[in-house]
Amino acid sequence: MIEQDVLQRVLASAVRTGADFAEVYAEDKRSTSVALDDGRVEQVTSGRDRGAGIRVVKGDTTGFAHTADLSEAGLNAAAQAAATAASQGDGVTRTIALNRSADRVVSPVSKYPDEVRKADKVAILQCIDDTARSAGAAVVQVSAGYGDSRKHILIANTDGVLATDEQVRTLVRVMVVVDGDSGMQTGYQSAGHTMGFELFDKVDVDALARDAARQAITKLKARPAPSGALPVVIKQGSGGVLFHEACGHGLEADAIAKGASVYRGKVGQLVASPLVTLVDDGTMTGEWGAIAFDDEGHASQYNVLIENGVLTDYMWDYLRARNEGRPQSGNGRRQSYQHLPMVRMTNTYVLNGADEPDDIVRATDYGVFVAKLGGGSVDPATGDFVFGMTEAYLIEDGEITEPLREGNLIGNGPQVLSDIDLLGNDFAMGNPGTCGKDGQGVPVGDGQPTLRVKSMTIGGTAA
Amino acid sequence: MSELLAMADRVVARAKPGEQVEAYVSRDLETEVRVYEGELEHFVSAQSEGIGIRIIRDGRTGFAYAGTLDVSAIAEVLAEARDNVEFGTHDEWVGLAEPDGVDVVAQELWNESLAACAADSKIQFAKELERLTLGVDPRIRVEDSSYADVAVESAVASTTGVRRSGRENGCYVSVGTLATEGDETQSGFGFSVGRSPAEFDLAKAAREASDRATRLLGATKPVSKRVTVVLDPYVTAMFLGVISSTLNGEAVAKGRSLFKDRMDENVANPLVTLVDDPTNPLAYTATEIDGEGLAARRNVLIADGVLRSFVHNAYSARRVGTRSTGNAVRGGFKGTPGVGCMALQLQPGTRDQPALIADIDDGVLVQSVQGLHSGVNSISGDFSVGASGMLITNGAIGAPIREFTIASTLQRMLLDVAEIGNDVDWLPMQAAGVSLVIRDVTLSGA
Repeated sequence: MIEQDVLQRVLASAVRTGADFAEVYAEDKRSTSVALDDGRVEQVTSGRDRGAGIRVVKGDTTGFAHTADLSEAGLNAAAQAAATAASQGDGVTRTIALNRSADRVVSPVSKYPDEVRKADKVAILQCIDDTARSAGAAVVQVSAGYGDSRKHILIANTDGVLATDEQVRTLVRVMVVVDGDSGMQTGYQSAGHTMGFELFDKVDVDALARDAARQAITKLKARPAPSGALPVVIKQGSGGVLFHEACGHGLEADAIAKGASVYRGKVGQLVASPLVTLVDDGTMTGEWGAIAFDDEGHASQYNVLIENGVLTDYMWDYLRARNEGRPQSGNGRRQSYQHLPMVRMTNTYVLNGADEPDDIVRATDYGVFVAKLGGGSVDPATGDFVFGMTEAYLIEDGEITEPLREGNLIGNGPQVLSDIDLLGNDFAMGNPGTCGKDGQGVPVGDGQPTLRVKSMTIGGTAA
Repeated sequence: MSELLAMADRVVARAKPGEQVEAYVSRDLETEVRVYEGELEHFVSAQSEGIGIRIIRDGRTGFAYAGTLDVSAIAEVLAEARDNVEFGTHDEWVGLAEPDGVDVVAQELWNESLAACAADSKIQFAKELERLTLGVDPRIRVEDSSYADVAVESAVASTTGVRRSGRENGCYVSVGTLATEGDETQSGFGFSVGRSPAEFDLAKAAREASDRATRLLGATKPVSKRVTVVLDPYVTAMFLGVISSTLNGEAVAKGRSLFKDRMDENVANPLVTLVDDPTNPLAYTATEIDGEGLAARRNVLIADGVLRSFVHNAYSARRVGTRSTGNAVRGGFKGTPGVGCMALQLQPGTRDQPALIADIDDGVLVQSVQGLHSGVNSISGDFSVGASGMLITNGAIGAPIREFTIASTLQRMLLDVAEIGNDVDWLPMQAAGVSLVIRDVTLSGA
């Protein structure tokens, strides 16, 4: 994308006013999306995004500018803008030597999406539409989306880091609306992986469509969810977002540094049930949050955050780790070349426990079984978080019984982590997610085995 | 003539016989400044530009975009959009917007003093806001204090005769706070918006950011019950954002709106009059034209509780046999226009928030909500959000509460509106805030 000698000159120019650190992040991305709604392929969209963001740091101050012009002149103009924003000092000449990191493949690709015919992409959605509509007379509307992207990134900095990566992601999703005596209901399914069009060798899109329709049809008979505190059983692969919100964000080093996390100062302490071992793993092949290098040029890693309930480490971005003199964790990520990197999760999951999932339900007299979660959010300073249940059932006398209408569950992170009292042996990853923080979205994965929280507040309307 | 409009014109001129072509070109200049503990933490200066081209032929649509205005890239975008047409399904209602004779309400959307504001003064606004916030209460720390501005220049042209260009700018400051007492920390935020920094009220932003956090110190989890809630203006604005998706003409046309068969029926308490009016210059989202280049206009959606109108773009209007209401919304050059409300406002009542609260024996003042994206389904109408706020007992604000949810359905909440305050607050959102009293909401806590 950019020659090494150009990078060296641009970086040297960026620190000429006495800055401590400068970085070039360049990106070239091609994407395709297809939208099907109301039985019609509404539109195929092709996109191209290409540019570089330049960061210059002096002391605790960061200047950042970006450009869509990848010529040496364009890069230099952005470097000057970033340097001026960060520092105004006098001529220092530094020579920058870049050490290129060996190429690394975490998620191999066999069918590059830009080499697949658009007609084949459209056909996937038509198949989903047909299948969902044949699921029952109650189905009144189906919308489906397909998206792929192939992104090349390059990162170079004045500490000598030079790394490149290619990230290919493919995703498909479907929403089904059904209508009945009790009004309309919706069902949703999606599948997304860090891979190419071979996604469809792995994912059965008919099953995906049938499942979305089944969820919606089931909810036509749903009763209002309970209101108040009850035991909650969360099905395998559907509740990773609980950990993402209950503690993931609170373990990001930027929240820690500003005292905006309930987990500050807790390394080495018991912060969760001893059943819980929580990992953030950017190396998990093919998963939605998998990366070979993070967006600061450091290899992704398998990082244990909580081991048997004890907090072992936070997640780090490059500059905070460098200032602390500790190893990188590979968690510096950004939405695009137009954004500054931040500490972000990759694939965050809980390892298997020992319980049989059926036994977990049987051990619960009265509670809620959550089969599918929606999104969530957290206030890391208080640890209070919510997440939505989009498919849930009552548990009565150890049996899953009636379906429930949608609602949020609310809890406090440290409290919920310590209230996990049963953990299954049926680990599964969940649906692809987009994590939002400070206005930036990045792809993340999550997963967990079936588990029980002995008490959480269910935000329904039934007494 | 604007350089961007000339660029859009050149693309439109390349339409082939039988093609409808629309080009949307935009250029943004954004600044974001963040300070922490009196020092500049980051200064982001970002310019982005791009083009989106939509082509329709034989009722089929194709679209492509690029984040550059490079001439060769534009040619590639046009070719891609043309190629993508082949894969669309024929749709008899598809077509670009056509000029409808509605005049643009001229507005002052560009502020020269903001455009000329120096980088140093931008940094000073953020530093001053941090300093003022720290001065409100000794228990307050500032997590970050920021200044941000954006200037957007855009143009849209089409083979159907749309030709518009314009520019607008705006700015805001915001501050995030942490209040600490003993082991407990609570968070808050405050902000102030303006067409220029002269319109900032930094002291108010500082006070609100401090109050939001300190008021919650000592908050406990309430017991579950049915209550009357008073939504703070900021929360009401978020609630109206959810309501707006049920009034979306595209959702109606596709059978996904819970109000699709309710035109001219009572859908809300007679106190409720809901208007979408981007021609109101007080609205942060005020604009002259919509995403397809038609004049933005005032639309009454609910009048005295009766459903009077949905909002439409050219496509959704054609499908249901009506005219565009000027509600095509576009999230920049990377997509085609959807449908959405632009500047919602509830017609205010006559009393302020303390007067509303004085009439409530047992209720909750909801200061913030969490999880609007995860616990609210605008198709089924289920509404359930996490919340924090204060108990209301015998007409007075009492103890702070947190970690609870409030739940009902969108249909019932509109009917259960008991009063609307007079405290209209123009927020950096698509809806104006105002205190809103809603009866018979389920609070779930301990």
